Amino acid sequence: MPTRSAATPDVLPDLRNLGVLARILIAVNGAAFFAATVHAHSFAELVEQFLGIALAVEPALLAALVALWLLNPVLQRLPYWRGLALIAVTVVLVTLGVQRLLAMVDASAPEMLRGAAYALLATGLLAGYFHLRERAFSPALSEARLQALQARIRPHFLFNTINAVLSLIRKDARRAEAALEDLAELYRQVMADNKKLVTLEHELALTRQYLNLEQLRLGSRLRVDWRTEKAPMDALVPPLLLQPLVENAVYHGIEPGIEPGTIEIAIARLRDRVQFRLRNPYHVDHQHRQGNRIALANIRERLALHFDVEATLKTEVRGEVYEIRIDLPYKKAEELSQPLSFGPITLGPQR
Amino acid sequence: MNPLRLLLVDDEAPARERLREVLGDVAAAVPHVVVGEAANGPAALAFLQERRVDLVLVDIHMPQMSGIEFARHVLRMPDPPGIIFVTAYDQHAVHAFEVNALDYLLKPVRAARLQVALQKARMATAEQLQNAAAAAGEARRFLSVSERGRILLVPLADVLYLKAELKYVTVRTREREYVIEESLTRLEQEFAELFVRIHRSCLVARRYLRGCERVVDASGEEAGWAVLLDGCEERLPVSRRQWPAVKALLAAGTA
Repeated sequence: MPTRSAATPDVLPDLRNLGVLARILIAVNGAAFFAATVHAHSFAELVEQFLGIALAVEPALLAALVALWLLNPVLQRLPYWRGLALIAVTVVLVTLGVQRLLAMVDASAPEMLRGAAYALLATGLLAGYFHLRERAFSPALSEARLQALQARIRPHFLFNTINAVLSLIRKDARRAEAALEDLAELYRQVMADNKKLVTLEHELALTRQYLNLEQLRLGSRLRVDWRTEKAPMDALVPPLLLQPLVENAVYHGIEPGIEPGTIEIAIARLRDRVQFRLRNPYHVDHQHRQGNRIALANIRERLALHFDVEATLKTEVRGEVYEIRIDLPYKKAEELSQPLSFGPITLGPQR
Repeated sequence: MNPLRLLLVDDEAPARERLREVLGDVAAAVPHVVVGEAANGPAALAFLQERRVDLVLVDIHMPQMSGIEFARHVLRMPDPPGIIFVTAYDQHAVHAFEVNALDYLLKPVRAARLQVALQKARMATAEQLQNAAAAAGEARRFLSVSERGRILLVPLADVLYLKAELKYVTVRTREREYVIEESLTRLEQEFAELFVRIHRSCLVARRYLRGCERVVDASGEEAGWAVLLDGCEERLPVSRRQWPAVKALLAAGTA
């Protein structure tokens, strides 16, 4: 069995992520503004103070962010504390460098050591903030696993699937075997430690196994329209991103209907983005049930944890179709140095 | 003894197939013949009007019409067949059965258990079913109307209003009128979410409620209010007693 959630390794923020960069800019400028309010006695003075501080802070801040943006691939490969040390050293060196340059132009520039000390302090505080933020979102990961587990143990699915497999044993033993293998694989995945990103290829394979089982039960009532020819199979996505959504699509979109229904799964890469579109027939009194909302909320949380503001999930009802759109940044699998716990990249001991 | 004539109702084909296999296993102990299969409740009801059946094995979780609702319609038929419920695991339904001591089988169905159920093959009473449906928090989605020896299913979503006449209730849809023998009070309880009472003898569908207008009688005296329904020419009078509730509903709806 995988170890419990306490073993989550600390991760540095992705310093190429817009959300992360925005948070840093806002925090540092907020601090500058606060410093200005402390010194100022009137509004005019406040503006003046703030501009003065900003003028001193901004060049170093921007230069440091550019340096960290460049260093990001290296940083993501380092263990947490070494990465943090490298960030601190980079920030201090960049600040000192920028100040020296400024001093050449303007002799009244503030002394160098104080600036470096402030930069170091800001780095430490921000690192603490991102660390806490990561922690705050972490429960979403173990929750995802728990919920997926509960959904999969959704008795309706389990017993009906077992019943369908039983119906195959006498007349088509090979299909029964394949179905049991799919079922075992599905449960293995759900019980695995689903914390690290996996490749899209991996998530799609899982979704296919799940749909094979549903197809067994529902036969021609379930039609799946795969539009994944342009999907970037090496893109990294949170595990159990797609499968729970497809499961909801079957439960709320196909099962309540007497007529056959189609689930459309379209995935494509558009420049540096990966776009998902999932459609299923809409049944008014079904889609808004709690199960669906819980799954959506959990996936939103995990997207925020992994991609901050760069990922979005939107749902929409278009006439008789329910549609979910996910848009997230394209990250290639090779960029991660840590081996994935499962998936086609490394063959873990589980396989 | 004549073999039992069975009808199997389940929306999943493999489940029907599995049931046939297990039935085959108990054929020696309980002689029977499967006279038909249906994938949903309305199709099964249509089948029952054509063919004579002794016992129906019906799944509960089915699209459009649940197995419990199906059974309630079956029991309104003259000389109805017996019913055995089969379910994978429908928490509410199972609870409802336990409360009302109805017989049911759990999927996957074991041959020995099926054999016992077939031998008993007893019929649920209408009252047990009403109670079970209530315990499962389940309202019907159709009204069944007997007309010239046939059963018609009227989707509740199409019903504009229900009006109590002398001994029966008139069901009005956009297209036509039907007559059913049920009590308006019971209908009001079962479909409280769909209908609102506007008069001692009338329930109107909330979703079709359009507005209201003042009614003036022949002598020019004001005689209260009437409601307007989508797709219906008639003005239905609102009683003085129900008017505050109807007014509140209209105000909330149009706001």
